[in-house]
Amino acid sequence: MSDIHKAIEAVWKIESTRLIAGIARVTRDIGIAEELAQDALVAALERWPEEGIPEKPAAWLMTAAKRRAIDSLRRGRMLEQKHGEIARELEYQQQRLGEAMDQALDQVIDDDVLRLIFTACHPVLTVEGRIALTLRLIGGLTTAEIARAFLVPEKTMGQRIFRAKRTLAEAHVPFEIPRGDELRRRLESVLSVVYLIFNEGYTATSGDTWMREELCNDALRLGRILASLLPGESEVHGLLALMELQASRTAARKGQNGKAVLLLEQDRSLWDYVQIQRGMAALHSAQELGGGAGSYTLQAAIVACHARARTAADTDWERIVLLYDALLQIRPSPVVGLNRAVAVGMAQGPNAGLAALDALDPDPALTGYHLLPSVRGDLLLKLGRFSEAREEIQRAIAMTENRREQELLSEKLKQIPETKQDA
Amino acid sequence: MPHYLVAIHLPDNYDPSAEGEAMVSDIDVLNEEMEAAGARFFAGGFGAPGNAKSLRRQSEGEVVITDGPYLEAKEHVGGFWILKAADMDEALAWGRKAVIACRAPVEVREFGRSSAQKLL
Repeated sequence: MSDIHKAIEAVWKIESTRLIAGIARVTRDIGIAEELAQDALVAALERWPEEGIPEKPAAWLMTAAKRRAIDSLRRGRMLEQKHGEIARELEYQQQRLGEAMDQALDQVIDDDVLRLIFTACHPVLTVEGRIALTLRLIGGLTTAEIARAFLVPEKTMGQRIFRAKRTLAEAHVPFEIPRGDELRRRLESVLSVVYLIFNEGYTATSGDTWMREELCNDALRLGRILASLLPGESEVHGLLALMELQASRTAARKGQNGKAVLLLEQDRSLWDYVQIQRGMAALHSAQELGGGAGSYTLQAAIVACHARARTAADTDWERIVLLYDALLQIRPSPVVGLNRAVAVGMAQGPNAGLAALDALDPDPALTGYHLLPSVRGDLLLKLGRFSEAREEIQRAIAMTENRREQELLSEKLKQIPETKQDA
Repeated sequence: MPHYLVAIHLPDNYDPSAEGEAMVSDIDVLNEEMEAAGARFFAGGFGAPGNAKSLRRQSEGEVVITDGPYLEAKEHVGGFWILKAADMDEALAWGRKAVIACRAPVEVREFGRSSAQKLL
């Protein structure tokens, strides 16, 4: 790609969200708004290489979009009504549309961007559709980039975005910010979309890793945008804190040959302490606003316990157990229960951990979940019950299809000593 | 995500009281945009360079303080942003906006990636 194209792409990434949000205020349809914005980008790609990047690129793009909007209004009208008498009416409408877009350009307000986010994450869409639209409209990613990140063909992703836009239009989803209780409910959908994007990048074990890390950055950017637009919402800060704190370990998670390094074995000097500071600040805001009781805030508080510990041995496991207790109260989940059992094992010894594990409800979600025998194997190993530990780890290996996990478990298996007592 | 310094260069005889309302509001808008885009890490403006003090270690080990900026020049850094951006292109796109809003040339530099150069 030439320098000018890279520069245009960078300008686009910065301006596109507000451009689409501003146009959508006029069109009330984010699908049409996005198409008009795309047309404006095409015009920029044609003209800027020769004319140079304009002094106010946002204004230029909005003007180009306005021209397109008026064109398509004219064309639509011409097809609809063939008689000449509508000419005056058409002229009036064109003028009004033009004025509305000029005004939208003058003040794309934060509310427009929020409307855009809530619409892209509307519950009427499939979760995949919400993710794709959010990355496209607010993240400024191209369809090809989103497709690469989610390991699907570009055509598939294009169809997914197209279907999502059609669904919104057909359901007549209004371009607005929900209010009251509705806001809380819809915000949950927005936050989960952002966290799904983050996790897709964070826990990925396959595919183009570079692109995957970019997804984490995109999710973080979305989180920061949300925090600046909804500064009074505790869980927005909680989610941002959770993502910042997890992302701060990125460099330490990658061992030699791309092997995963588990939290307690990580070289903590590789953690990004600037990011940890940001995470802690976000966690502080979340706790100030919401008393620390939200589920993202609690998860962030757990990660913060690790971030605060200079060495793995310094970890405040007692506090982590308490935080898991609180999390289980508001969001009971077998996986959280499993994590709590691990923390109990660290805080109070392997026997207590094993008891916590046995006390878990036999949840169907845990059957076939390889971490259950893996955790049990760990605890048994610490208790010196080697043959039982070996059985559990073997079971865990059989349960996972993830090659990296299998490697980690196989290494663990090799470390279990053979004892006479066992033999 | 790497950090970038966007430094605004102002002439030594710069008079901040002469900044027009339009300029102040342009810079406010830019700050809000950076904040909303999750790009703004830190920002600040300096007082007049004439009030700067420069410190140099003499060969005997003594540290000597002199009045004025370290380098004699017609322009000095008057203010700066520290931004988080995906790459230099994105930082330059912000730099472009800074040039327009501040009516002054800016310099964009990436913070180093080694642990000694990283922003802490």
